[in-house]
Amino acid sequence: MTTTVSDTTPVPLAVGERTWVRPLKALISYAILFLLATMFIYPFLLAISTSFKTLPEINQNSVGLIPQTFTLEGYERLFSFNVGRWTINSALVATIITVLNLFFASLAGYALARIPFPGSRLAFLGILGTMMIPGIVLIIPMFIVLKTLGLLNNYGGLIIPKVVTAFGIFLMKQFFESVPKELEEAARIDGATQFQTFFRVILPTARPALVALIIFSFQGAWNDFMHPLIVVTTNQSLYTLPLGLALLRGGMGQNLLWNSLLAGSMLTTVPMAIIFFIFQRYFIEGISYSGIKG
Amino acid sequence: MAAASGIKGEDRERAIAGWLFMSPTMLIFGVFIIVPIFFAIYFSLTDWNGISPPGEAQFIGLENYRTVLAGGGVRQADFFKALKNTTYFALGVVPAQTIISLLLAVIVNQAWLRFKGFFRTTYYFPSITSSIAISLMFLFFYQRSGLINQVLSAVSFGNWEPLAWMADPRGLIHIILEAVGVTIRTAPEFVRSEVLGLTIWDWISGPSVALMAIMFMNTWTTIGTMMVIFLAALQSVPGYVYEAAQLDGASAMRQFRSITLPLLRPTLFFVITLGLIGTYQVFDQVYVMSSGGPAKTTLTVAYLVYQNGFANSNMGMAAAIAILLFIIIFTLTMIQRRITGSEGDL
Repeated sequence: MTTTVSDTTPVPLAVGERTWVRPLKALISYAILFLLATMFIYPFLLAISTSFKTLPEINQNSVGLIPQTFTLEGYERLFSFNVGRWTINSALVATIITVLNLFFASLAGYALARIPFPGSRLAFLGILGTMMIPGIVLIIPMFIVLKTLGLLNNYGGLIIPKVVTAFGIFLMKQFFESVPKELEEAARIDGATQFQTFFRVILPTARPALVALIIFSFQGAWNDFMHPLIVVTTNQSLYTLPLGLALLRGGMGQNLLWNSLLAGSMLTTVPMAIIFFIFQRYFIEGISYSGIKG
Repeated sequence: MAAASGIKGEDRERAIAGWLFMSPTMLIFGVFIIVPIFFAIYFSLTDWNGISPPGEAQFIGLENYRTVLAGGGVRQADFFKALKNTTYFALGVVPAQTIISLLLAVIVNQAWLRFKGFFRTTYYFPSITSSIAISLMFLFFYQRSGLINQVLSAVSFGNWEPLAWMADPRGLIHIILEAVGVTIRTAPEFVRSEVLGLTIWDWISGPSVALMAIMFMNTWTTIGTMMVIFLAALQSVPGYVYEAAQLDGASAMRQFRSITLPLLRPTLFFVITLGLIGTYQVFDQVYVMSSGGPAKTTLTVAYLVYQNGFANSNMGMAAAIAILLFIIIFTLTMIQRRITGSEGDL
């Protein structure tokens, strides 16, 4: 907060700092930051533009930002593969995962933060421990479990293993610890049960944390590649967008149809971009949240 | 008595409520994380192929581990190749992403700076984008006539010889050695001797051009997240600390070394841990961009796990490699925890 105060009050020159140092520092800072910003923005602009170019034009010049002949050919070809279905799958799977994550993670987070039940510390350490296990280590046994439970090649397999994450529980626990205790004590005196207290009194106060969780769950599920790759082995009408795109590229071999592939990339990117720009405050807050303490 | 039983009843109610609230988590974690861990250990001791019923798998003891670590065949060579590539990957990406994001955070955190929000948003954006989408974009940029070569050509005033990035297996150190006249033919004899399935010459190759392309992309993608984490930590440092240091005549460099760095130590630990765990698992990018090629120079341990399990129908071997990977990541995290001397504010 102190930093925002000094936004308006000029910072005094340090002892021995010459007057020309400040503008020079500013010049260098802005030069670095804008150069880097270009390096981050240009690739996305070029990808969007290329998705509207014809293949001959792409072969001739692959760096121009304005298509000479604007065409939807890339998108039309893309949708001739089952991409519409894959988009719906992605949206459906990500939405269900997000909703269930909200519910389960806040339940667990609340219990860990506020209900001193026997074994709570052990449960917390166990959950923390799972964060240490790299996802790739689990894909083989995950495949075995899914196969055993009949969860390969169906929506259940895509969704169920992902409905609660350690990260989500962590985020919610952190938040609930900051809610004043008086709030629930008042509710308890009025005779509310634990669940009623949680649902009617505590959960409504948790909106900022819930929004952060919505964003992270949705982003995680929407962009996830490895899990769908393991679950969906045969049924291509179950592909999610990233999986479908990766396999589409694989199927093209050496003859890559760039306008379609980049059209697919944009189709995957743009919905997340829209969500990001609407909720970016929460993105940044959420990542900071998890960054400072956990 | 009444009061005592009242407290007891409350205890019981708490226990029931607590575990009830935890039950969905326990169920999901139990079935999809805890049980799989034991499965992974068990199947790593079998020859299961992933297709026949798991019950028919033969128990073969530590055979998979022996084959991978000391078998002397192509599987051992592949494992150590993958480990070598992954290590080069981490050695390049983790320092790069940590240092660049820290510097950026310090620059963006300057009180007088404008457009803070714009810079933060711009740098963070790739972090929310699908790894597959980004990999496809960069695959396009890395073509011989693509963006990367054209930019390099422009900044070198046309002196840049365009590379077919993703098809180039030459290692960085080999390229440098060749420039000073050392090749496999002129190098001293000992580099041809084998250590753990690879020749010494192979071990010291450095990351291949193709791997470096993926490393650059990976750094580009992750800088934003790391920067935001550093920014949050920087903003929790009270401004008067710096003001006091300025009054004492401390230079900007001195302030960075004596105030910023020590206060950022836990965050640094966190960021390096994230980086290590992330880089040692790199998979999606390899799947889309190179499938481990050219000449297996982008084969990573994670990709090798997948390849063994799902392409070569050797789940037992894949499970063994996955467990080795876990041990490697765990050990590295512990070592770096020692080095950064953090209590691990995780």
